[in-house]
Amino acid sequence: MKQFDYVRPATVAEAVAAAAQPGAVYLAAGTNLLDLMKGGVSRPDRLVDVTHLDGLDQIERLADGSARIGALVSNADLAHDADFARSYPAVAEALLSGASAQLRNAATVGGNLLQRTRCAYFYDTASRCNKREAGSGCDAREGENRGHAVLGWSESCIATHPSDFCVPLVALDAIVEIEGKNGRREIALDELHRLPGSSPERDSALEPGDLIVAVRLPPAARGFAAHARYLKVRERTSYAFAVVSGSAALRIENGKIAEARLALGGVAAKPWRARAAEDVLKGVTPTADAFQEAAWRALTDAKPSGDNAFKIELARRIVVRALTLAAAGTPARIPALPASPFASTSGAIHA
Amino acid sequence: MNHSISLTVNGARRDFVLDDPRVTLLDLLRERLHLTGTKKGCDRGQCGACTILVDGKRINSCLALAISHDGADILTIEGVARGDQLHPVQAAFIAHDGFQCGFCTPGQIMSAIGMMQEAQAGNDPERIRECMSGNLCRCGAYAGIVDAVLEAQAGMDETNQRRSA
Repeated sequence: MKQFDYVRPATVAEAVAAAAQPGAVYLAAGTNLLDLMKGGVSRPDRLVDVTHLDGLDQIERLADGSARIGALVSNADLAHDADFARSYPAVAEALLSGASAQLRNAATVGGNLLQRTRCAYFYDTASRCNKREAGSGCDAREGENRGHAVLGWSESCIATHPSDFCVPLVALDAIVEIEGKNGRREIALDELHRLPGSSPERDSALEPGDLIVAVRLPPAARGFAAHARYLKVRERTSYAFAVVSGSAALRIENGKIAEARLALGGVAAKPWRARAAEDVLKGVTPTADAFQEAAWRALTDAKPSGDNAFKIELARRIVVRALTLAAAGTPARIPALPASPFASTSGAIHA
Repeated sequence: MNHSISLTVNGARRDFVLDDPRVTLLDLLRERLHLTGTKKGCDRGQCGACTILVDGKRINSCLALAISHDGADILTIEGVARGDQLHPVQAAFIAHDGFQCGFCTPGQIMSAIGMMQEAQAGNDPERIRECMSGNLCRCGAYAGIVDAVLEAQAGMDETNQRRSA
């Protein structure tokens, strides 16, 4: 690991000033960053440790019905907060389907959003990777790429964003609160992660020094609690990143879908909101045919970036099944194997 | 630049001067305190052999910078027994052959202790397997590990019931 300077700011303003310097990065739990630094993938000159800052570790319910989650709340604390899990069950299920218990205890909300891709060529410093080293090329394009993107990719980069948490968050219109050099601003989570285009070295819309201080779920997000699921296919049932995942959330009134929310994970460089699929579900009866139609709409623009055409069909099936599970109702307790299609208690039909 | 930190390790306060901020909690425990029960397996957060409790919660000590944990309360495998009296989870691992070579065992035991405190799995073997998935065992002693955790959990439930009765 390369040598670095360690800075522990006392305030958010000090943190932003320290991290705005070239070569500086924020350190939260470090569960992703230290791994990348040990592998020589990330080589920061300065670590700005935000873990001792006050006021960033609260889960609040705001007067207007929003939830505000401090950036330093751990993944585990958020998933196990009873009121939060009841209000946003798909978010809790997604969190509990990710990583291991040890990592969830350490990893933070802000860090989860900003974790880097798990593309093996990004991790292998002997490979060419435009995300790790701008302009060097992409060895994934002609390499082992069955896990890579099928939506929103470019010739420069076919990496995916690995977060589970972000998938239901983007479906629920989450908002990211950012403290930067010019003060506080907020953007939709959907606008945080960038598609690669010709500059995959930039993962997000953040500028140097920008610090995520909180994630907010708007008042309407609570309206999906009765019909919300996260479903995740992975190479093994626990402690693995998604091959493809999906989050479906429905508001059902008088037997019809008043509003649908749908997002996919593991398919693109960002959590993928499927708005066209949501539109065809509005006002219809929740039937298998309607869910099939939504699945086709969700993947209309998908194309393989290598040996991964199977992910398109897999994503369609996940959409149908996640919608079917959501329509059946949120389970009273998160299943023993969160988000698993093999869960014995899921009651799911094969899509 | 030197950095001073203090930790509570297995109940005792320890002060350190770090001449390098790259030291992980794992390396600090092993190299500076010679507490080598906490194992360095993958050193990348994948195997769980380095699991310790920090402020009561299990984490991978290989992915935690010591300097960032100034003031933390740390429990390692060396701190769980009371003298010659094994921790109930330790005793259960022996009773159920929850290991073969033993390398992953300190991490397994610390993870099980942390898991029981989290109180999410209860006595459901499927939930226990899920909640212990961050600890790999190359010998494949998983069946014994789950049995050991079930017994330790049952013992804890019984104690709690007796206390509340």
